[in-house]
Amino acid sequence: MMSAFNDPYDPNVPLSCHCSCGRHATQAAHERDLEASNGDGESLAGRAVESAIVRALLPQDALRRRFLEAVGAGTAMAAISTFFPVGAAKEVFAEDAGKIEKTKLKVGFIPITCATPIIMAHPMGFYSRHGLDVEVVKTAGWAVVRDKTLNKEYDAAHMLSPMPLAITLGAGAQPIPYTMPAVENINGQAITLAIRHKEKRDPKQWKGFKFAVPFDYSMHNYLLRYYVAEYGLDPDRDIQIRVVPPPEMVANLRADNIDGFLAPDPVNQRAVYDGVGFIHTLSKDIWEGHPCCAFAASREFVTQTPNTYRALLKAIIDATAFARKPENRKQIAEAIAPANYLNQPVTVVEQVLTVTFADGLGNVRKVPDRIDFDPFPWHSFAVWILTQMKRWGQVKGDFSYEKVAREVFLATDTAKLMKELGLAPPAATSKKFTVMKKEFDPAKPDAYLASFAIKRAA
Amino acid sequence: MSMRGFATWRAPALSLLLFLLFVGVWHAATLPTVGQQTVDPEYAKLVGAAAATGQKTAFPTPADMAAKIWTHLQEPFYDRGPNDKGVGVQLAYSLARVLLGFLLAALVAIPVGFLIGMSPLVYRALDPFIQVLKPISPLAWMPLALFTLKDSGVSAVFVIFICSLWPMLVNTAFGVAAVRHEWLNVARTLEVGPFRKAFRVILPAAAPTIMTGMRISIGIAWLVIVAAEMLVGGTGIGYFVWNEWNNLSITNILTAILAIGLVGMALDQILARLTRLVTFPE
Repeated sequence: MMSAFNDPYDPNVPLSCHCSCGRHATQAAHERDLEASNGDGESLAGRAVESAIVRALLPQDALRRRFLEAVGAGTAMAAISTFFPVGAAKEVFAEDAGKIEKTKLKVGFIPITCATPIIMAHPMGFYSRHGLDVEVVKTAGWAVVRDKTLNKEYDAAHMLSPMPLAITLGAGAQPIPYTMPAVENINGQAITLAIRHKEKRDPKQWKGFKFAVPFDYSMHNYLLRYYVAEYGLDPDRDIQIRVVPPPEMVANLRADNIDGFLAPDPVNQRAVYDGVGFIHTLSKDIWEGHPCCAFAASREFVTQTPNTYRALLKAIIDATAFARKPENRKQIAEAIAPANYLNQPVTVVEQVLTVTFADGLGNVRKVPDRIDFDPFPWHSFAVWILTQMKRWGQVKGDFSYEKVAREVFLATDTAKLMKELGLAPPAATSKKFTVMKKEFDPAKPDAYLASFAIKRAA
Repeated sequence: MSMRGFATWRAPALSLLLFLLFVGVWHAATLPTVGQQTVDPEYAKLVGAAAATGQKTAFPTPADMAAKIWTHLQEPFYDRGPNDKGVGVQLAYSLARVLLGFLLAALVAIPVGFLIGMSPLVYRALDPFIQVLKPISPLAWMPLALFTLKDSGVSAVFVIFICSLWPMLVNTAFGVAAVRHEWLNVARTLEVGPFRKAFRVILPAAAPTIMTGMRISIGIAWLVIVAAEMLVGGTGIGYFVWNEWNNLSITNILTAILAIGLVGMALDQILARLTRLVTFPE
């Protein structure tokens, strides 16, 4: 069986259907044909409508051929369209086939490697491949991304996976039904400490440290809190956690404003590159396979422009699948490092995305899955995030974990589009996982919450 | 050379000397130091030059700086996508925002200031509001503006509007209220109508004070736009500074700082010229 993430555009990979329409030996041949026939699916559909009309009017082949030869195709078309609304018929047909309501879109992003699929889809042509003209706009911080998306300046955005949950619940924002149709990346974060703390590797020595996280409603905040709490530190009393936008973290670490951060890359690697900090632990060693950033859109966008939403999500899933393959990572690093996107030295981005990196202490480490990309929004991820929101008193009151998870994490849509792209989505939408040797069972969130000694919730 | 010619050249010569001294000290302070520690070459390839010798990345030298300014001067108006535009393009965006917000503020501040200056009743009624609103940092309005106006571009212009409003308003009111009573009495004796009095007597008399208010306002507006653009991002010289902060590129940030200073000076000089045009000898 082929892997779910084999690149369907690689002509050397044998796929069961060979190309997306099934008529050509390879995808390349399919695309050549498509170009030769002057266009997109829409004009092909239009051609089909025209030929249906002509065949209906002149069912006999010989007669039709003689008619067309006698008057010419253009005249015939004009003549037919005077008494038959060809244009309208074409339009109706196109709507049935799922016409994209809006092709020019704006998608906001924060310049970090978590957004890799959203960013790379622009320079590497994933958006245009799915019929969209997307402008990816760099944004200063998560609060601004949230406000610009709620304002509809952005059609969709790169967010932290707890953000759509928080917005839906009205935590730190007006409650607005929000959705998260795809996870961007799993793993890919790290705890970085200032070089002067290189002897203090035991978290028990961190009392009084000032840490930065990118946002209150972030996996970074929850993972850092979880991590220090497991070592017996109360994250609200024994250390200080402040919100600093990722791009400003290294500057603050350098200025000794903070002692460390749990941050997205390339921030950690950049701190190493500039000799300011060292990587204490990778987030994958806290929770292997944790979600981080997400592709998010309002429920309004999903329901009012369903075809645009589908095309956009498909482009993102397609890009995510491409990013998952290790052999593509180097090329991606080169595509997203320039000033228009991440604005970082290529080597920094490359170290984040590929196996080998410097840890800031003079060692070269090799970790193949330091960051990985998997679009599937497991409901159990949402349930875990909700338990942590409750644990630290960000949300109060009773709500159904499962219901919120289902409404915001659109796993069904993701699975459907993954299948359309020839990928294999998981059969279930919930799974158990382990965070720092402690198992999480999504069926028993309340028991899990009660099991923590350090918490704010009653 | 005459004594007078020497005198006129003294100040610029001193300026030049100070500048050279500054660059000299900068150069001496940023001379590359030799790292004591060395690491294995494989590690050195993965980190910056300073980190490879166990140091933090250093402040750029004047030579780095000059090279960076030269590259920006060669291509000030490039456009490589929505998030990467030349310094000239970014300055143009910022200037457009400042001028728009400033003109809107002038349209509101000058008539309202006139009213306040001419009527002691209106002055006393509006004074508490002005006193409370005036000291608020314009950037504190930003979250509110984003929330209510629902557009980041409009919000930036609004922040400029609100920060340039107060100096113009207060100065106009002051200038109008301080018109000499003899002149108003002469107008009354000649039975001049209220509009004619406002435009022919009060406006010319108050114009220098109003222009001073405008000069203060444009200075503040130019200070604020940089911070506002760093906050909302997108375009403008403030965004450019933020984007290069993100990349820890001190040379680019310094280039932007220099450009901000030069444009600010130009704006101030233009308003100073205009003020001189309307000033009259007493």
